[in-house]
Amino acid sequence: MPNLTPYAVSKLQKIEVLLLACSAGGFNVLFNMLKVFPGGLPIAIVVIVHRNARYETNIEESIMTKSHITVKVAEEKEPIRRATAYFAPAGYHLLIEPDHTFSLDISEPVNFCRPSIDVTLQSAADVYGPAIAAALLSGANQDGAQGMCAVQRAGGLCIVQDPREAAVKTMPEAAIGLGAADLILTNEELITFSRQLDTYI
Amino acid sequence: MSLSFENLEELIELVNHVHGFDLNGYSRASLKRRISRILDLYRLDFRGLKHNLINTSGFFYRFLGEITVNVTEMFRDPLFYVALREEVFPYLATFPHIKIWSAGCSTGEEVYSLAILLKKQNLYDRSFIYGTDINSKVLETAKQGIFDLGKMKVYSDNYLQTGCDDSFSDYYTAGYGAAAIHHDLRKNILFSIHNLVSDGVFNEFQLITCRNVLIYFDTALQERVFNLLYESLALFGFLGLGSKETLRSEHLRERFRLINKKQNIYQKIA
Repeated sequence: MPNLTPYAVSKLQKIEVLLLACSAGGFNVLFNMLKVFPGGLPIAIVVIVHRNARYETNIEESIMTKSHITVKVAEEKEPIRRATAYFAPAGYHLLIEPDHTFSLDISEPVNFCRPSIDVTLQSAADVYGPAIAAALLSGANQDGAQGMCAVQRAGGLCIVQDPREAAVKTMPEAAIGLGAADLILTNEELITFSRQLDTYI
Repeated sequence: MSLSFENLEELIELVNHVHGFDLNGYSRASLKRRISRILDLYRLDFRGLKHNLINTSGFFYRFLGEITVNVTEMFRDPLFYVALREEVFPYLATFPHIKIWSAGCSTGEEVYSLAILLKKQNLYDRSFIYGTDINSKVLETAKQGIFDLGKMKVYSDNYLQTGCDDSFSDYYTAGYGAAAIHHDLRKNILFSIHNLVSDGVFNEFQLITCRNVLIYFDTALQERVFNLLYESLALFGFLGLGSKETLRSEHLRERFRLINKKQNIYQKIA
């Protein structure tokens, strides 16, 4: 059981959506988190992973078979539902509309990335305000750090993987460097947090 | 500079009143992001933006140029072009004249890619391609047919992936850091302004491509544009969408046959 501060617990009680983001080296932890989210989770999960649009991947399908919640690629104008994890499609920025549906955007990459973590986090913070938590995992660039700041400004909860345990620590360190980390969790704590998430909400 | 959703609604109304340009059916999240970018770019706050939109002549067209997304590539999504060549062109070859509409063509890369593909299949001489966009500035670039030489490497890669056996560089002349598309590829092409929101049917086509345009519209506007595209297609004509775009309306789905699910290509059958 990770030692969550009362501040963090009070924030978690209000959330409607959890954003998970990673790049290089973060995929295993992400996969393990998605495997243990309890079925019937009362919130939605939005996942942004940097991956190459050129190559077909079946990440969503392979996780779906091992997960208790629905796992799928986010479709444009699709309503965001609870107990579902939505992956940003490769090659598009994923945005969230005020009516809690997804939009896709194929404008310029941000931080050399499309999907960019910053773009989705900023958009989600815009719409959900404090009803949002975001977890930033391992990655080799600084995408996500500005987005975490946006989540924090909106009153959401910012969780960062402990850089000492991240395969590539650039991304978590960038967020911590900007002061956008309310919780720094080890890999084990991230998994426990995911498994027990419904007890906080 | 930050912009609230309330500010955004106010701007949409202002642009409609002052410039007669209807942004109401645009997806809000994307529009908000584009307009926030304009505030940063021009170092304006919300009041300053409104002031410029009302009082600075020519500013609206720069504004319009920034809110529309003009990211494109030659042979973007190479497998889309493979599907066109293998599943669509054999049908097109049975028409005496082939009219094609690239809707939301931006700087014209898709139009020239289609021209190359048609030429390879010996169909270009009886084809005519209309490239349209709402942004007159990008159309100027499209008409010139001159692109940054630095981008040709990516385009060449894309072209290779379409399985064509010749060299992409056969279709342009390089010089002074630029690549000029050969003249014989430009003769059956017309670029012109067309607004999918407010303009209507202007011809009848055997193939319409409208890729990654509808993602910026809300579902009500998407449906209207789908109707426009349907009305603009000849019977048994084809519609190519972006790979993440969906034909949702039941009554239109019945009038189309899905030709290629991955590449999102439909044929009008009724």
